[in-house]
Amino acid sequence: MRLSYPTNVKIVKVPCTGRVDILLILRAFESGVDGVYLAGCLEGECHFLRGNLRAKKRVQYVKGLLEEVGLGSGRLEMYNMSSAQGQRFAEVAREMTEKIRVLGPSPVKRRGDRSKVKG
Amino acid sequence: MKTKSNIERILESGGFVVTSECGPPRGADPEVIRRKGNLLKGVVDGVNVTDNQTSVVRMSSLSSCLILKEMGFDPILQMVCRDRNRIAIQSDILGAAALGINNILCLSGDHQKFGDHPKAKNVFDMDSVQLIQTVKLMRDEGKFLGGEELKGRPVLFIGAVENPFADPFEIRAARLGKKVKAGVEFIQTQCIYNMGRFERWMGMVRDRGLHERCAILAGVTPFKSVGMARYMKNQVPGMDVPDEMIERLKSVSKEKQSEEGIRICVETIQRLREVPGVRGIHIMAIEWEEKVSEIAKAAGLLPRPQIT
Amino acid sequence: MIVANRKSLEEILTMLKPYKKVLLLGCNECVTVCAVGGEREVGVLASELRLARAKEGEEIEVREQTLERQCDHEYIDQVRPFVGDYEVILSMACGAGVQYVAEKYRSKVVLPAVNTTFLGVTLEQGVWLERCQGCGECVLHMTGGICPVARCAKSLLNGPCGGSSNGKCEVDKELDCGWQLIIDRLKELDQLDRYEEIIPVKDWTPARDGGPRKRIREDLRL
Repeated sequence: MRLSYPTNVKIVKVPCTGRVDILLILRAFESGVDGVYLAGCLEGECHFLRGNLRAKKRVQYVKGLLEEVGLGSGRLEMYNMSSAQGQRFAEVAREMTEKIRVLGPSPVKRRGDRSKVKG
Repeated sequence: MKTKSNIERILESGGFVVTSECGPPRGADPEVIRRKGNLLKGVVDGVNVTDNQTSVVRMSSLSSCLILKEMGFDPILQMVCRDRNRIAIQSDILGAAALGINNILCLSGDHQKFGDHPKAKNVFDMDSVQLIQTVKLMRDEGKFLGGEELKGRPVLFIGAVENPFADPFEIRAARLGKKVKAGVEFIQTQCIYNMGRFERWMGMVRDRGLHERCAILAGVTPFKSVGMARYMKNQVPGMDVPDEMIERLKSVSKEKQSEEGIRICVETIQRLREVPGVRGIHIMAIEWEEKVSEIAKAAGLLPRPQIT
Repeated sequence: MIVANRKSLEEILTMLKPYKKVLLLGCNECVTVCAVGGEREVGVLASELRLARAKEGEEIEVREQTLERQCDHEYIDQVRPFVGDYEVILSMACGAGVQYVAEKYRSKVVLPAVNTTFLGVTLEQGVWLERCQGCGECVLHMTGGICPVARCAKSLLNGPCGGSSNGKCEVDKELDCGWQLIIDRLKELDQLDRYEEIIPVKDWTPARDGGPRKRIREDLRL
């Protein structure tokens, strides 16, 4: 649709949000990103039946972990949309960007240096 | 007669027994027991002292029994399996008998989560059925559980509890049968409000002939208020309070509710006296001991035979 | 399997306060099955530790290693080549595993990351239930295959108690009354007459009460 959305949003394509593992999200935060969001199919319309529901549960779980760790649960969100909803996609990108801008950069971010992911 | 128990004596002579309860204090003041005892003088043939009921720490049953014995009562020692292993249990049985206590009521005990020390370890080395067996073994065979002989048999009249209102209903008579097989001689039931269910249970009990092998004392508790009735209906496990009773209490003004509660209790006692196999009444007026005398009188249970 | 619960992150961070180099050991058996200490959970905990430390501007190095089991020498031996590089070992195994690692690496502080709870079964993915207390003298043949020691809150052998209500235990409305289950099962098996038998007092010596236990098979000893 050639709609514009903020350039700070890096897209990682997966066949289904159900593919997104808890560890994937945590490792993203370890690498220094300020926020993560999942964009999955509308509930009840998952191409793989329940993948987006699994993703929803995992997102809830990781939100809890992020609170414990001190990063706050607001840096992670789950959104649902159909692949035809280009407008919504752009809208969500803007919404999430604004949310993160308000929260500020992740305290885990190290200036310049991409910190080691595996010990 | 197997023991010196006043209850046994009355039952043997074909009489109707009246017992009640004293809850010991949450402190070391013996006057509390004496005051409660005074309210029951001449009203009961035997008086239970609860054993850390609902797992709330109170003065021990044994010590409270002794205080009541000194006042001229024939106390009933309640013993739960939650807090003591078989060593302590047998030891306390010997101690109770040595102090002249004539009756023991064997219970499993409420789970500690209900009380003021939910973090405690629970014991349950044995259950109530095995406890009955233990007392009988010590009294009639002069042996410890381990098999060795003991010198100086503890002579105690053996009692237990049954709850016709707990589930599963269908085995409640069978469970009583187990206790009778184990050696129980008298039973106090949980407080009765649902007469229909109680009568069905008594039917099952009579079918097994258990009413002739042990004396069943029917339990009653007066309602202080409709709030208390509701609480017991909804929050206390193993309690069956019919809606009609709640309605009856609701239908009178707040000040009259305790009076109505007593009335219901007296009527219940009168109905229970007519049930074949019921050999006595156990009045539990928790923290309302002053009403026991009034209830017993109104129900025509007084005077009680002298305790010899 | 042996079931455990993860200790809170707060508790683990407190235990790890003095340390910067941690060897995080997972276990591929029971704690994997109940999703508390297997390879994935090791990954998640390691990530949490790094994030939590980074947030405070502090360092931590966590090596993630999941062993086949931590209750057998041969597997614990596998970390010997690099165990010296770490200040502390944080084990996600059950209590047996944690202790065995500690016995092997006597000069290392070994910390437990989980609270070991019970012997249980998987009801469904994500739900594990207690079934066995390891009392050492199984009575399942007498009670229709349902354990009165583990499934009755009071371990009554001649239950139920007076607190059984609608098939539920007085301790928890969601908890099945163990004796209701036993009676139902005995009925299904046409063994209800078993209920009438009095089960005598239990011998607790083969249980924990008798002291720490062991089992030996002489024919297997080399």
